[in-house]
Parts: sequence; C-alpha cells; structure tokens
Amino acid sequence: MSTTETFNDTPAGIGSAGHLGRLGDSALRPDGIAKVQGTFEFSGDLSADGFLWGATLRSPHPSARIVRIDLSGAWKINGVEAVITAADVPGVATYGLISQDQPVFASEYVRFQGEPVAAVAANHPDTCRRALEAIVVEYEVLDPLVDPERGIDGSHPPIHPDGNVFRHQRIVRGDQTLVGDIVVEGTYELGMQDQAFLGLEAALAVPDPGGDGVELHVATQWLHEDRKQIAACLNLAEDKVHLVLGGVGGAFGAREDISLQVHSCLLALRTSRPVRMAYSRQESFLGHVHRHPCRIWMRHHADRDGHLVRVEARFVFDGGAYASTSSAVLVNGITHAQGPYKCENATVDGWAVRTNNLPCGAMRGFGVVQACFAHEAQMDKLAAAVGVDPLEVRLRNAMQTGDRLITGQVVESVAPVARLIRELAAMPLPTEPVGGSDGDPMRLPGGAGRTADVAHVRRGIGWAVSIKNLMYSEGFDDFSTARVRLADGVATVKFATAEVGQGFVTLAGQIARTILGVDDVVLDRIDTQIGSAGSTSASRQTWMSGGAVDGACRLVRERLFEHVGRAHGVDPLRLAIDGTDVVDTMGALRVPVAEATAGLEIDETFEHHHRPTEDLDELGQGNCHTAFAFAAHRAVVDVDPELGLLKVVEVATVQDIGRALNPLSITGQIEGGIAQGVGLAVMEEIIQTGGKVRNASFTDYLLPTFLDMPDVRIGLVEEPEPQAPLGAKGVGEPPTVSSTPAVVAAIRDALGKDLTRVPVRPTDIVF
Amino acid sequence: MSVLVPTSLDAALTALADHPDATVLSGGTDLMVEVNSGHRRPEHVVAVSRVPELSTWRHDPVAGSLRIGAGIRYTEIERDPIASWSPALAQAARTVGSPQIRHAATIGGNVGTCSPAGDGLPVLRALDAVVELRSATGTRQVPFGEFMTGPKRTVRAPGELITAIVVPVADGYQGYTKVGVRNAMVIATASVALVVRGHSVAIALGSVGPTILRCPEAEVLAASSADFEAGHLPADVLAECCELARAAARPIDDHRSTADYRRHAVGVLTGRLLRRAFPNG
Amino acid sequence: MADELGNQIYTLHVNGDTREVRDAWVGESLLHVLRERLGLMGSKGACEQGECGSCSVLVDDELVCSCLVMAASAVGQRIVTIEGIAPPGAPSDVQQAFVEAGAVQCGFCTPGLIMATHSLLERSPSPTEMEIREELSGNICRCTGYGRIIEAVQRVAVGRRGDA
Repeated sequence: MSTTETFNDTPAGIGSAGHLGRLGDSALRPDGIAKVQGTFEFSGDLSADGFLWGATLRSPHPSARIVRIDLSGAWKINGVEAVITAADVPGVATYGLISQDQPVFASEYVRFQGEPVAAVAANHPDTCRRALEAIVVEYEVLDPLVDPERGIDGSHPPIHPDGNVFRHQRIVRGDQTLVGDIVVEGTYELGMQDQAFLGLEAALAVPDPGGDGVELHVATQWLHEDRKQIAACLNLAEDKVHLVLGGVGGAFGAREDISLQVHSCLLALRTSRPVRMAYSRQESFLGHVHRHPCRIWMRHHADRDGHLVRVEARFVFDGGAYASTSSAVLVNGITHAQGPYKCENATVDGWAVRTNNLPCGAMRGFGVVQACFAHEAQMDKLAAAVGVDPLEVRLRNAMQTGDRLITGQVVESVAPVARLIRELAAMPLPTEPVGGSDGDPMRLPGGAGRTADVAHVRRGIGWAVSIKNLMYSEGFDDFSTARVRLADGVATVKFATAEVGQGFVTLAGQIARTILGVDDVVLDRIDTQIGSAGSTSASRQTWMSGGAVDGACRLVRERLFEHVGRAHGVDPLRLAIDGTDVVDTMGALRVPVAEATAGLEIDETFEHHHRPTEDLDELGQGNCHTAFAFAAHRAVVDVDPELGLLKVVEVATVQDIGRALNPLSITGQIEGGIAQGVGLAVMEEIIQTGGKVRNASFTDYLLPTFLDMPDVRIGLVEEPEPQAPLGAKGVGEPPTVSSTPAVVAAIRDALGKDLTRVPVRPTDIVF
Repeated sequence: MSVLVPTSLDAALTALADHPDATVLSGGTDLMVEVNSGHRRPEHVVAVSRVPELSTWRHDPVAGSLRIGAGIRYTEIERDPIASWSPALAQAARTVGSPQIRHAATIGGNVGTCSPAGDGLPVLRALDAVVELRSATGTRQVPFGEFMTGPKRTVRAPGELITAIVVPVADGYQGYTKVGVRNAMVIATASVALVVRGHSVAIALGSVGPTILRCPEAEVLAASSADFEAGHLPADVLAECCELARAAARPIDDHRSTADYRRHAVGVLTGRLLRRAFPNG
Repeated sequence: MADELGNQIYTLHVNGDTREVRDAWVGESLLHVLRERLGLMGSKGACEQGECGSCSVLVDDELVCSCLVMAASAVGQRIVTIEGIAPPGAPSDVQQAFVEAGAVQCGFCTPGLIMATHSLLERSPSPTEMEIREELSGNICRCTGYGRIIEAVQRVAVGRRGDA
C-alpha cells in the first residue's frame, strides 16, 4: 500500500448522517470539505519542481495530407525544450479502445479538425503558444468525407487503411415479412452532444530518474486501460508506467479515450523533466470524443390494440475519424431499439461509420440515448394511431422480467416497467400556471429577454420510458478489484476506481463501515498499484467496484471472525457485526471491532466479475448484455410557438434503482443526468460544416444554466436486483436516456407538430 | 506590453495622446476573452476603471436626459435609480451575460466594442442616445446612429476615449426584447427596442444587420395611426408595422441562427412591443 | 501621472495579504496570477471567457470572473478568493451547507459557486428561489443539475435567520 492518504474522513459532527454513514444512509462525501474550501487537487492543480508546460499543435483541416513539417522555427524560440512529432513515438504509433487506429501524432494524413500533429514543451504557456505558431506544416487539403451514407454505399474512397465502416451489425429475429394492422414510421436525427465536463483535460507527467519509466497524474475514467495504451506507445513495460488519478472534474464518457496522456509522457521522457499539460476549452472540444450524431429510421408494427408485433429500424452512427468505441455504441443502440417493450419480431440494420467529422465515442447513455429518442417518438405515434393515450400504449407493451430482447436475450433483471409508468402517472402535475403566479418574466420562455406574454405561450406534457444496459457487453469481462486492510479498528480501502464526481468514494466507505463495523475508513490513493477497476462508465461502478469492495470486506470479516472465534472459543459461523462490535448471535460475547483487531492486520484483495456475456452472431442474436435498468420520465414544457422559445418547467421521473444505497447521491445523479438530457433536447449541439467546428466554446455550445434547469421530481422503485452484489443497480445513465424524448414529446404536445430532431431549435418550431 | 492605470480623466487622455493606438480596457469582458485566447496581444493598454469621472451619472431635468459615465457598470444600470430613468436600458442590462459579467461590464465598453448583438445598443439607438468622446485636444458628441458604422466599427478616432453616453429620458412606453436560446449568458439572435416619446415611436433592431437598424417606415406608420392618449393602435396597422420591421432587417445566416428566423423574430417582437405600448387594441 | 506596468513587480491585495507578483507578463489574467504566481489554486479555469463562473472571486466586494480581470489592473483593489472565505478545516456555513445538501459532485464548479453564494446572501439574505437561480446563473455546473445547490443556499438563508 502506498503511504499517501488521499481522502481522510472529515471531522465528526458534520451533518445528520454525516460522513459516518452506512449503506442506506445519505452519507456525505469524504472529499466534500476539501472541494468546498478549494483545497481538493484536480489534475490541473498538480505541479512539480522544475516542470515544463506542454502544448499540442492541431490540424486546422478535417482532411488533408501532410506534405511536410518544419519544426525549426519552434526550436529557435528561447525557452523551448522539446518539439516532437510522430517520428518521436518510440512504440506503437497508434492507440484506441477497441481497435488501435488512432495515431499519437498524425504522420501522413490528418483526418479531423483538431487532430494532433506535434507537441512542444517550454517554460511558459505563452512560449508554448509561440512555439506552436512557429511550426510550419504544409498540408494538401482534401475534400472531407462528412456524410456517413457515403461511407456505407462505398462512393467515397477509404479515408483510413481500416476502411470507412467501423461496424455493420444486423438484428434479425422472427417473422421478417410480418406487417401489422397498424404501422407507424419516422426518421429521427440527433446532433452531436459534448460531455462538456468542467474540469478541463490536464495532466502532470513525471519521468523516472533513470528515464525508463514515468508516473502520470491524470484525470481519467480507467487508469489501467490508459496505462496499457500509453505503455504500448512509449515502448515501456506496463509496470514502468504508473498512473495516479488526479482529481477529476467530471467525465461523462469523454475521458474514456486517450487525449493528452501519451503526449505528456513523451515530453516528460524527452526532456527528463516533469511536464504539465492543460487544454483550453476550445482545445477540449476538439481533443475528446463526443456523442455520436445519429440518423434512425424506424417502423413499428402493431395489432389493432397497439401491441407491438414487429420493429424495423436502420441506424447510422457517425463515428467520426477514428474508431474509439463506435462499434460498442452501435451494438448498444440497435439492441435497445425495441425499448422497454415486448416485441417478438425485428429487422434492424445498424452502421457505425468513419467520416472526417470529430471522433465520437462514449457519452452517458452510450448509443441508447439515440435509440430511445427514436423508439419513444414511435410509441407516441403508435398511441395516436391506435387512439389511446401515450401511457396506455406503453402499459400495453410494458416489458417484464422474463421477456426477451430482440436479440433473443431473456431480461433476467428486475423490470418494473408498468410500475414505473403508473407511479409516474400518479405524480401530480405542477400547479403553477404558465408564467407562474407572480408575473416574473423569468418564468416565461425568453426569460429576462421578455419576449413573451402569457397569452403567447402553450404548455405541453410529454412522456418517455427507457431500458438501459448496465456494465460492458459482448463478452467483455470488465471486472473490478479492491483491497481492504483492517488494523486497529481502522479499515483502509484501496481501489483504482476513478472517482469522477459520482460519489464512489462515499459508497466505498459506507460499504466498509456496514460490513466491518468500523467508523474509521481511510481511502488509499487511487492509482495502478492495484488491479483494474474497469471504467467509470456504463453505470457500472456501484455494482462492480461496490461488489469488489464488498467482496474484499467480506473476506476480511471472515478472517476477523475466525480470529475472534479462536480467541474466544466460539464457532465463527455464529459471529456477526452489530454496530461497531463483533457479537455472538447465539451467546453473550461482544467485543468491539477495534479491540478485536488490536495488533492484528488483515489484508484481502478481491476481484468482482459479473456473469459472462456473449457476442452477437450475424443475426444479432446472443446474450450480449449483463443487466438492465429502467426509468420513466415526464416533462412539462411551456412553448412560445411564434418564436420557438421554450421553458422546461418540470421533469418528473420514476427510476428503477434496485436499492438506495445513498439517497442523496442518487438524487444528485438523477438531477444531473436530467440536466444533460434537457441540454440535448433543447440547446446542446456541436455544429460542424464540412467537418469544421463552428462553436467550440461555451459562448456558442450552450449548457443549461440555473435559469434553464427545470424543477425535478423524483420517485424511486426499490425492487432489489438479485444479480447485483449489493442489490443496487447503477443509476447514472437512465436519467439522461429518457429525459430527452420526454421533453421533445412535451414540445410536440404543445404545438401539435411533429419534431424529429434534437436539439430542437427555434427554427424547427417556427418553420 | 504596458498597462497604464490612470486615476484621473486628464491622465487617461494624456496616456491616449501618447499612445493613440492603445487599447482601452474597461470591464475586460470583451478584451480579456481575446487576450486569454491569444487572439489579441495589445502593446499598450490603458485601463480606465479607476478614472472617477467615468463612473458617475447625472440626471439633467432641464435637458430631460441622463448622462451615464462610460465606466458605469451594467449592474448599476439594471437597478434603481438609473432603471427608473431608463427602464428599457435596465431591461437590456438584465440580459447582459451573467451577474459576474454585469459587475464588470461597462456601458462604455459595450458601446466601444459596438457589436451588432450588443444588448444595450438597440435601446441607445431607439432613444437617439449620444456618445460623448474626448481626447486631449477636445470633446465631441456623436449620435449613436452615426457612431456605429459597421460590425464592431465606430467613428472613435485614435486617442479618443468614450467618456459618457447621454440618454434622453422618454415619457412614454419603452421596452427591450431579446431572443436567446437559453436564459442567461446568451448572445442575442435578434433583439428589438421600442420607445414612445411624445407622439413619436422609435423601433431599433439588433443582431439583424451590420449596425443597429431603425425602421423609419414602421415608426412613421405607427406614430400616425396611434391614439397615444387612449393607448390604441389598430391590429391591421400593427401587423403592417411588423411587416415593415421585417423588411428593414438585413440579417445573415450563421451558426447561431438563420436569416429567415431572425427576420421573422424581429417582426414578432415588434408586434409584441407595439401591443405592450398600445395595449388597448 | 499614470502608472506603467511592464514586466515589473506589482502587488495585489489578496485575502487580506499583500502579495507580490514578479516575473509576470502584464497581460495575464487575475485567474492565471492567482493560480500560477500566487499558488492559490482554489479558483478554477473552465472556459477563460467568463461563460462558466468557475473562476469567480470578489474584487472590492463585487463578484467577478477572475479570468476577465487583467491582474495588473487590479492593483489596489481588495481581492477575496475561495481560500479567503474560511480557514482550512473550519468551513463557512455556506461551505458546510453545500456538503450537507449534496451540492458537490466533481467539485470543479464549487469554489466559484461558494463565492457566488456568499455574495448573493450578503446582498439578499432571504432570496426567493427565482432570485437564487438568477444570481447564480453565471455559474455552470455540469454534474448536479443545480437542485441540491439551490437547497444548500436555502438552508443557509434559513440557518442565518434562525441565529438572528
């Protein structure tokens, strides 16, 4: 164990549940005080003596051949200590999460605007800027491939040796010729959303004195996967590359892929000095992957009563220039095409395509956001065609445990879809009328812009329900590891689980306190000195890393009971934890844990694995997912139809969570996820023209502010999930998945107009 | 780079006389964005936030005007007492950026930058505000309509400092409306200011042309058809005024919006403002 | 006569202390100077355009974005950063409430929001919910969806009334 203690419990007496909470309590974050006082160190706050600044030169063109690179101008600038390009990458020239198709530095071609071409290290960020400006790159500009259909039909030559299609996957199940009594169809489109975490990319790379290794402090989602790729590019053994989690300012999928990791390590090794790199906001927009823009055609077939009999769909995901996780996003999207509804027959065609647009990869929801927007629009169309209300048609089709996906997989997870819908429907609507009762213009669409009076505004209500897979799929064993040491009544927990704000560090302490009966839990530094925890994504860490900490604690407790049993002549099987004591459940023995562990050190490591999953076959059949969670959303939106401005008044939700391990954390995840769903619905989009980004700044990539965020009303359904080690399902993604379609449905309801694209813009409403 | 921080108006004017091409720094909300991104690296900066003469304002009851020092920040313009003299300007101030921005951004800076999307500018145009410019050698008053010549282009000469904006106090209805896709920190897609003074109507359009535009035809039609005392403007006249406002607009397509939408929006906003000014049908 | 600051030394008043800034390029923002020259890393930069509020500080009691203040022009002004709100380990009631209400997730926006909340409650001790939303509208949070932050502010307002 390292000796650095990162998060110590905060002093007692803070708050009601305080920091001493156990499972089920709204325990407070152990890092909360440091964060509110500004002492918590994010990766951009880290420094080291003698450090240099690093910076990256990026392609201005979405598609070009590099004719030549002249670095000499940069070298002439006083204060510049290193200038590197592809030629300086000692190991594998490319990296990637699924296929390693993405160059550390472009050498022959640049394939997206912002692709790294070179990097420098210098004594001041301004020196870096001047050095980058002094590098001359001669490009032969090419016509970018920006329409993914051309990647599919083969009419554009390959823009990469691996070809223009990342993956093509079909789902074929049941009767392929069935036509329903009722048929509804539509084509839907989603623009590119950005994760827009606030904590900009930043890292500190410290070379080993011998130059044969490096320690990288970085904000990331998966330390071990980063390490694997970095080591390969640096031509170092993995045990020579140490990763330490620097404080992470949000992630939401954007940190799953390598961004500045290899660059900063290379500069540090090249200069033999620590190197800090930090992206600007504009660079951040270009420097990480985004949510896939997607075009989805769907056709739903139903009987006269609206029971689904067949789903047809065609999905085209624009993956941008490099593969990232596009093939997994595609599978997620198409396997969720039916939504949380029973359906026996399906014909789905899915494509993930390479273009010269910005690379796309993981973002909260991972392909299912796209599918859900389409299938929920379709369910509303179906309701209208059948002549029932939107909730009734969903109830008639509601999935239950034991139903099958269109992949043939039986949904074994708790699946309380009908209950979610009923409990959501039972929530009263907001009582405040359009414009509120106090005449504050802020309550109307347009806000302080005073564009509307009450008479100009119509209120709409919309609904959406979702299914979302948890953990990784298609045979991927995304296990997690934890190590727990118990000594003198103090439990020390070590894991590599990336805390990105979601609150795993809080949960870890709750688990240890509950199982071991201790109050004092110390969290060790998060780094690669322990086995992998998998990625903080896919709503998986509560289940997987929670399972690992739980498993390690149980092993420790078992050893503790053996020790106490031996010491007191009691069968360990009779022992239990009660409060902070070890007790004999069938006798009088009661020993405080602290006393029982005096002079004793118990140290156990546990790997938690979920059940194995399968690949999909050619017909998209196979048990490819691990588990599922469900959520239902209702949105109330006030719309000014003449100007196309709107105000999201309220989003209500009922979510299937298994078990509430920390109600306060769950509220935070749900409210935060809904904010991102609202953003996609009404204001967030990276706009590209010909592959060039028009709005890489917070001026024009708009995130919801306090004045845009609706009231949120939350109901939780707790039916413990038998497969989950703690009975709890992940909660992070479902709030983002069905909130977007609920908001759009509300806008449609207010207007009586079909809307098929998100984000909904004023021009979509008005014209 | 040099940064001068004069503490009197004379010192500021002398500094500008010495460095006529110096960049004037007021609230920093425009300049620092460009400096931070490396897009601008001025050689000489004259920071005027400590010049006391610039941060005063005065109501002149004889002239019926408000003289607002160039250094007055939007947070002050948003509130009484300034707001009571110029409600539309206060409404516009409330839409500027965020509280942090309003605590720093000045009316002089906004006028100096002169973006067609500048939030206070349509109100100044509709009020026929006057920009006071001073240099070491003299003073001149330029009506805002003449001051702004293009997007971020003005008649301010090297060595000149904007010292005040003189805003007539209008006796009738005045209002400002701004279209933005979110409710804070948003650049206007389209905006309209409307001012009634005596028996005249002024309509100014923002974000729909290279400068802030007036709609003389709509203004004349409204003024000649309205019953000011009764607060009455016939619906068909109002509709025609909207059409004339649309015709006066010269919007472009950009990543924020389309020309068609902007033209449509100023028509809608003009109609709504006219109805607020003449609520009795 | 106007002061001219080239690449010289100048002093700033930060959190009650007089701090010397040396070897600095005078075009640097106050945010950069606070973090990289004065070692006060609590203020954060997430956009450098004044569009997120993460860098918020108080200058002469006014809440501003430190990324938009040219440090050299802030000479003689009273600057308060997150480090100046309360001593380490003895959080203010606002800071405490943020933790207790679950208003902190990743924490990157948090220092700016603490500053904005202190400023809001100074001027408006019993704000309505809409006032809270409007006064904090210059602070973006990407994690929380704002609900728990509003709750935290309301708890402080109630708590301060209770003590009066």
